Amino acid sequence: MVLIAIAAIRLRDLFAVVILFGVYSLMTAVLFMDLDAVDVAFTEAAVGAGVTTVLMLSTLHLTGRWERRPRHSPMLSLLVVTVTGAALIYGTLDAPRLGDPEAPVHQHVAPRYLEQGPTEVGMPNLVTAVLASYRGYDTFGETVVIFTAGVAVLLLLGIREGPQTKAGRSAIGDQIVLRVVVKALLPLILLYGLYVQFHGDFGAGGGFQAGVIFATGFVLYDLVFGEGDARLVVPPRWLHRLAALGVLLYGGVGLWSLFDGKAFLDYSALAHDPVHGQHLGVLLVELGVGITVFSIVLAIFFALSGRGRRA
Amino acid sequence: MSLLDHFPVLVVLLPLMAAPLCVLIDRPRLAWALSLAVSWLSLAVAASLLFQVLGSGPISYRLGGWPPPWGIEYRIDLLSAYVLLIVSAIAAVVMVFAYHSVAAEIAADRIARFYAALLLVLAGLLGIVATGDAFNVFVFLEISSLASYAVISMGRDRRALHAAFQYLVMGTIGATFILIGIGFLYMMTGTLNMQDLADRLPAVSDTRTVRVGFAFLTVGIGLKLALFPLHLWLPNAYAYAPSAVTAFLAATATKVAVYVLLRFLLEIFGADFSLRAMPLDLILILLGLAGALSASLVAVFQEDIKRMLAYSSVAQIGYMVLGIGLASPTGISAAMLHLFNHALMKGALFLALGAVAYRIGSVALRDLAGLGRRMPWSMAAIVLGGLSLIGVPPTAGFVSKWYLVLGSLEQGLWPVALLILLGSLLAVVYIWKLVETAYFKEPQTAPVAVREAPLSMLIPVWILVAANLYFGLHTEISVGVARQSTVQLLGVAG
Repeated sequence: MVLIAIAAIRLRDLFAVVILFGVYSLMTAVLFMDLDAVDVAFTEAAVGAGVTTVLMLSTLHLTGRWERRPRHSPMLSLLVVTVTGAALIYGTLDAPRLGDPEAPVHQHVAPRYLEQGPTEVGMPNLVTAVLASYRGYDTFGETVVIFTAGVAVLLLLGIREGPQTKAGRSAIGDQIVLRVVVKALLPLILLYGLYVQFHGDFGAGGGFQAGVIFATGFVLYDLVFGEGDARLVVPPRWLHRLAALGVLLYGGVGLWSLFDGKAFLDYSALAHDPVHGQHLGVLLVELGVGITVFSIVLAIFFALSGRGRRA
Repeated sequence: MSLLDHFPVLVVLLPLMAAPLCVLIDRPRLAWALSLAVSWLSLAVAASLLFQVLGSGPISYRLGGWPPPWGIEYRIDLLSAYVLLIVSAIAAVVMVFAYHSVAAEIAADRIARFYAALLLVLAGLLGIVATGDAFNVFVFLEISSLASYAVISMGRDRRALHAAFQYLVMGTIGATFILIGIGFLYMMTGTLNMQDLADRLPAVSDTRTVRVGFAFLTVGIGLKLALFPLHLWLPNAYAYAPSAVTAFLAATATKVAVYVLLRFLLEIFGADFSLRAMPLDLILILLGLAGALSASLVAVFQEDIKRMLAYSSVAQIGYMVLGIGLASPTGISAAMLHLFNHALMKGALFLALGAVAYRIGSVALRDLAGLGRRMPWSMAAIVLGGLSLIGVPPTAGFVSKWYLVLGSLEQGLWPVALLILLGSLLAVVYIWKLVETAYFKEPQTAPVAVREAPLSMLIPVWILVAANLYFGLHTEISVGVARQSTVQLLGVAG
């Protein structure tokens, strides 16, 4: 990983740098796997290695492939980075050892999640329980962060129509083999996206990953069958509204419980049986997350790909 | 639970839920009307919260119904109610002003999204203040930061894009540092709840991990705060952003960063650790003074008035940090007072400048020549705001400078007191430059018919100017609240 990072800094070919970043993210995902953080690894693989690479490549399509020589000297940045790195290492020297069961992280708040989680929230995947219920408000915040990012991109770029967005034209030309392969893969990708979306309470996954996977399916279709066709399936002017609806769905679930006399995002208000309510609540908010993430990722992709090449 | 019990979360939720609605309806006027309604409602809720807290002490709200530290807690004490009120009041006033200003500066098809982003900034800032959870601070910091990069980049000048990008890079580094700091604290305590952290930190405070976490947090907040010498992003961002955005951010964003600094230093780590065991008091005094003096000096030589006032903001932040560095009750309440007063004066100044920009399309010093006669109300507002900035009695600025000087004299630091006065003298110089051009110089070009700004701009400006005068004469409210919150903060810290 260190080698990849150094190579990415030294290279001036941005195309190679982006691919290296993808590899780096994949390695990070492996590292997370090794630490038994399946959900995080999944997200890193889908977001870091998958869709970010595609988005950065579409940016390159607009800006050009080669990096200019920097004007200022990199020494100051190097100094800052070195000091930061040294401080990080210094700080972890007397921290509890990794996996130490006596560490405060495992002694204070976590035991309740582990012991009560399955009965209180009623789902086997505790990561989802913590994310969507115990700390559901943070996840709501994160969904809003994604939404904000989308609003920012749309404010700056907007989704334009161009010659390449007409139906029947594809960015990479007519590729028969790719068409056949993608046609076969696409239903599987979308199905997998749905599985990840609705199965997040049992296995690894949830709205974030599902939204990204779903969007990736559309991006793939877009690349092979042409932007125009993809836009016919999902019209861009619906996307930002769809994203807003996702946020409103999440927040709406919260407001529902608020008007029911419970605290904001207290899902036990949703059904007579509190645990059942929790389950329903998590399912709904994950759907909200999925919708928002999907539409924002796709909107950003359209915003980038809809622009003509300038450089 | 009745509706009143939900006020702590409603103050944040109102703008937060209105933002996607703005995107959904996508009509400029409706979006503005919704933003206006929501910001005034938030203000009403914040005011009611302050009265509740004054009457019956801190309020805790359990999000998702989970008790802290397992779930996320919203906690409104006197300090947070005070800052919530400042932020929502400025937002409410700016939204009135925004209607004409935004319509003139931003393309019609982007206005609805612009208001959505502005509401997200507001919701993010309010969320940071209301929460009692350290990680939740980070989440809402991300919301407000991302949205503010977007609204800054909407400035008419193309350099706004570069300014926003510069801020994005610096801001992201700051946010990452804050996240690393919070991560280190979690590693040592196993909790993210602020009060729980405050309870559990003393036992482990003598470890490298906590000290390094402390350092990361301080530097990260310092970046968001534009603390000298980490302030380089601020002048460009404020100078090129749309007028309404500059006024809103200048009056709120750095104030919230000061709030976060106070919260982390005094409540979570405790004054004993952060200002006595660590040498931060001295560092803050030195950096505060250096920032106040150098930025004031740079401001004197600016030809663009927005930029001049932006540098002056860096200087004012210097004064606030200096007050915290004094580590005494007087110093800290002076910092809080200045936080409040600076929001009032910079809000008034930048709004008045926005009115000028709306009419003459420029904020360069030379274009202001002779404007004192043609836009009397706007220019008079700038003069009064400037007097408050200098610290002339009977304006609000005088009160906070007074307590700051008092605080440094209490500690026997008379050189510091002298330097504060020197800073005010520099403020006299740059405000005088403004007054001289506006009132005593003839316009160079042939006089074009310039009318006074519309009422929807003048009223918000003069509300803030009036507040500057009111809180300069009636100090018991602002000083009283600042005093009490200092006692609460230091009391919690032991």
